[in-house]
Amino acid sequence: MSERVPVSMIVNGEEVERFVEPRTTLGDFLRTDLELTGTHLGCEMGVCGACLVLVNGKAVHSCLMLAVAAEGESIQTVEGLSESKEIADIQRAFHNRNALQCGFCTPGVLVTAHEILKQEGPLSREEIRDGLSGNYCRCTGYEAIVDAIEAVLQERAAKGDSAELAA
Amino acid sequence: MKPAPFRYLRANTLEEAFAAYAEAEGDCRYMAGGQSLIPALSLRLQAPSLVIDISRLEELRGVSLEENVLRIGALTRHNETLHSPEIAKYAPLLSKAAPYVAHPAIRNKGTIGGTIAHADPAAEFPAMILALDAELEIASPEGRRRTPANGFFQGLYETGMEPGEILVAIHVPVFGVNDRCAYHELARRRGDYPLVGCGVRATIEDGVATNCRFAFVAVGPVPQRALHAEAAVERQRPDEGSIAAAQEALARDLQPDDDSETPAAMRVHLAKVLLGRLLREIAGNSQKAGLAA
Repeated sequence: MSERVPVSMIVNGEEVERFVEPRTTLGDFLRTDLELTGTHLGCEMGVCGACLVLVNGKAVHSCLMLAVAAEGESIQTVEGLSESKEIADIQRAFHNRNALQCGFCTPGVLVTAHEILKQEGPLSREEIRDGLSGNYCRCTGYEAIVDAIEAVLQERAAKGDSAELAA
Repeated sequence: MKPAPFRYLRANTLEEAFAAYAEAEGDCRYMAGGQSLIPALSLRLQAPSLVIDISRLEELRGVSLEENVLRIGALTRHNETLHSPEIAKYAPLLSKAAPYVAHPAIRNKGTIGGTIAHADPAAEFPAMILALDAELEIASPEGRRRTPANGFFQGLYETGMEPGEILVAIHVPVFGVNDRCAYHELARRRGDYPLVGCGVRATIEDGVATNCRFAFVAVGPVPQRALHAEAAVERQRPDEGSIAAAQEALARDLQPDDDSETPAAMRVHLAKVLLGRLLREIAGNSQKAGLAA
């Protein structure tokens, strides 16, 4: 054990203050200290992508960031993204297209999907696959995940069009 | 696995970082983006007593044009390199290599200074700064010094930096109107470390190539230029004849080791294929610009 040090950050919109060991990764901090177990830890070396969270709006591996280094940052986990309904259409599309099986990778895949879908302009299936390159899924073969993201892309584009027509 | 215990210090200035390094008597690591350091800690390949976080040092940030040199702050994240209009204009080889650097979430954290100081031979940017004739600005308690990128990489994860020094910025001579560049790599999965990567740069005037720089990723213990292959194209037209000569010369430049998945001969073969594609690409660029006969 090394000495615990104070850290404060905003997690899913709420300010949290805790004492942590410096060696604690953000992923372990979220799961163990805050009991936000939606974030999954797989490889713990930045390969599998199951642990992705948003740090100041950008997808980051929570296994590759120390909790102490998140001082003052704003973190969004899959719980926060679910509750705020920001990814409700993505979750619905994953459900409809059966884009998960065991679900272990899904929190990280949803964070990546959210980031992919924030990009402007149309995206090819190839570009969606490139965006997903940092997420391992051992169940689906990815095809259904790409389908689901593509479906949201089209749905959001259609909504945007109708909003423009209505304006 | 979990890292062994360590103390943590967030440095607010270079001086604070140097003081902490001195106090720990070198039993410490600087951390920028942490995308290579934290896996090494988690795997307990490294177990320093102190981690000095330099990721919030403002003086290591920003991209600026200084006369004919683009100064890229060491803490420029890969994603910033990928989208920087200044880098696209003045050092486009970095922009072209950036999409291949790891996966998107790693690019949101990893920094150009970190990858260069870490000197992984399978990383893209260390090789690219060789092709760009870049210079490195390095700080120590004694002051600043500048050193050429060529010669900086000395062995596996070994560089010309002294213990305790911090890479502050990368200085890249700006691209001229006749400069051409291209990057490509072969990897089993997009974003993984490549089997082979290659960046080429040349000045092409009246169809003739000069200032040829061919830099390779993942072909040995250090990122390296292919000097014989460069010589085969220098002051030549990059046509099928000189391209074949350059590919032939590669066997003299590259002596990769066999590993369990990739025999050395296969790596050299892939390097030849890549070099051919890239040279045709930059030759094509010059034709479009109406420069080649």
